[in-house]
Amino acid sequence: MVSTGSTTGGTKITLAKGLNMGLRKAMENDPKVLLMGEDVGKLGGVFRITDGLQKDFGEDRVIDSPLAESGIVGTAVGLALRGYKPVVEIQFDGFVYPAYDQIVCQVAKMHYRSRGRTPLPMVIRIPFGGGIGAVEHHSESPEAQFAHTPGLKVVACSNPVDGYWMIQQAIASPDPVIFLEPKRQYHATKAELDENTAPPPLFTSRLMRRGNDATLIAYGPTVKTAMLAAEAAAVEGHSLEVFDLRTLSPLDLDPIYDSVRRTGRAVVVHEAHGNLGMGTEVAARITEECFYSLEAPVLRVGGFDTPYPPSRLEESWLPDLDRVLDAVDRSMGF
Amino acid sequence: MSDGSAAFGHDLAEVFGPAHLDGGADVGAEMVQLLTPEGERVHHPEFDLDFSADEVRGFYRDMVLTRRLDVEATALQRHGELGIWTQLLGQEAAQIGAGRALRAQDYVFPTYREHGVAYCRGVDPQHLLSLFRGADFGGWDPHDHNFGLYTIVIGAQTLHATGYAMGVQRDGLVGTGDDDRDMAVLAHFGDGASSQGDVNEAFVFAASYNAPVVFFCQNNQWAISEPIDRQTRIPLFQRARGFGFPGIRVDGNDVMATYAVTRAALQRAREGSGPTLVEAYTYRMGAHTTTDDPTRYRLNDDVESWKLKDPIERVRVYLVRNSLADQAWFEQVQAEADQLGHDLREGCKAMPDPTPLSMFDHAYAETPPELLAERDGFAAYLESFDETAGAH
Repeated sequence: MVSTGSTTGGTKITLAKGLNMGLRKAMENDPKVLLMGEDVGKLGGVFRITDGLQKDFGEDRVIDSPLAESGIVGTAVGLALRGYKPVVEIQFDGFVYPAYDQIVCQVAKMHYRSRGRTPLPMVIRIPFGGGIGAVEHHSESPEAQFAHTPGLKVVACSNPVDGYWMIQQAIASPDPVIFLEPKRQYHATKAELDENTAPPPLFTSRLMRRGNDATLIAYGPTVKTAMLAAEAAAVEGHSLEVFDLRTLSPLDLDPIYDSVRRTGRAVVVHEAHGNLGMGTEVAARITEECFYSLEAPVLRVGGFDTPYPPSRLEESWLPDLDRVLDAVDRSMGF
Repeated sequence: MSDGSAAFGHDLAEVFGPAHLDGGADVGAEMVQLLTPEGERVHHPEFDLDFSADEVRGFYRDMVLTRRLDVEATALQRHGELGIWTQLLGQEAAQIGAGRALRAQDYVFPTYREHGVAYCRGVDPQHLLSLFRGADFGGWDPHDHNFGLYTIVIGAQTLHATGYAMGVQRDGLVGTGDDDRDMAVLAHFGDGASSQGDVNEAFVFAASYNAPVVFFCQNNQWAISEPIDRQTRIPLFQRARGFGFPGIRVDGNDVMATYAVTRAALQRAREGSGPTLVEAYTYRMGAHTTTDDPTRYRLNDDVESWKLKDPIERVRVYLVRNSLADQAWFEQVQAEADQLGHDLREGCKAMPDPTPLSMFDHAYAETPPELLAERDGFAAYLESFDETAGAH
């Protein structure tokens, strides 16, 4: 069920380390893999995710770029057309928008435009989410904008072990992947990595905790929130089932439909704004598939429909354990 | 504009010399020319080349066929066979000059108007028609021709070209001295695109990495209705200097000069000397596209004056005056053009529409199950009409 807490022999790693190790592995396995972005070389990235990689793989494979996001993604498209597999780092979520045109009009559509003659295997890594006390544009959750775009695949890791495996799987994917990393978790907790345990396929959701009374659905930074909420609910006698979506496009909801058919209740939790967020799509699909099993409408807990607030307010803005439990209570009250 | 010129004129003059006192897209700009509009061969200290009779006849034939393709496609649009067509009338020399300067191993990133370059790269013209008919987004395989698909978003392809050139560098195909291996990348764009962020970022990246790319700007004076003076206060080729690489303006209606300058720039890239900006100074004789009406924004006198600089006529005069081609040869080229026109018409009209379910193909290299389910649902929906029809 949950391999992230494995106690078999392995090293304890943070999410940042897992991603770093995964990138290293991918670069060792495939000489066509390149890293590109602002400050990813000598500095190792502002979050140190690419720490040490330029030293070991050279400046031609770990490319410090000019400070221009459209330029980074646009040249990565050219490198991919030439047969390379660029892994691009966007420094912060709120800085992805200068590259939005290249991502939506070029990265997403190149394979379709050429009827499959020019595949574009590339990964765009985006640290996302809040909770780090940052200034404006450094704490956003833009995933729905990309999940809404056909041609892209969108995944979000939530823990160190997934970080290690998922980044390698994303790089191996023949389709372009938007790879979201919960920046608040980069250095937060450690988990045991057993490299001999095969990971689940990339585009699958994962059951994190079994329960019978309601189904919590989260991804990225809110998986931790949902797990804490489930623990707290257990103390009050409520048994909550928790899923980590992992893949946002495509969605892998079959296991979640099975869960909701048992529990009759579902709550989707994400940091992004509620309006037209991932929760909206998940709720709609659950309603279509599980209509006769539902005891309550599918509820959403997310960031409010304001711009991300100044950081002194962010803990009020972000969905936390209490807001998740409040939603569970409302669901139970129907 | 006059206020701005007064305020900034002094600085421009300091940077670019006294000719720039007033600013503007053309002031003080020299242009490489090897064949005058009157068909006279002139010489240039840096870019002079000897052309054989065969080469000049080849240029002429290429330009006549390209023009015929353009005229025929325009007519097909008028007859409702194409949804839209992007006309190149007047830009034949710029495109054939650039296209013929390429080596087989070089790679081209076009806009949506590079029909002449596509022809040089051996792309079947039917594939250009199928795009503008709405049957596909370009039916050719870029790898077969080293010619990318048309890019509609203005300037986006200049970054792809730069990235591709960075890949060529990593493949060790720059500056080896082997003429059959060393590669250059040719990035097409227009005067309007020169205002785009992507083009300027492409300049920055190409300069920073010394990428083997030639930025080939066809300055046809118009970005739909916006004149060149709305895009720039200095001649476009001079912008290259600010990015740290050379820029050259060439007479884009002179196929010999365009060939010579592009050839030199591509060679420079292949040798590892980095990017060059070539500004091919030309004129869009037609509309921006078949939906455009240039009479609303430009003077007929302008168009008439550019007619005198026609890229094909000056080569014809040169060939006749120097007895390099006789009447029979010109008639033969004309017959070839007629045959091309005929083939284009027939091919376009016979082109089958794609089947509805094909729209689901190739959205992904690995189609997700949820998209397969959507396609299956639509297939069943379509089939339900067949069953209804069968019941009656």
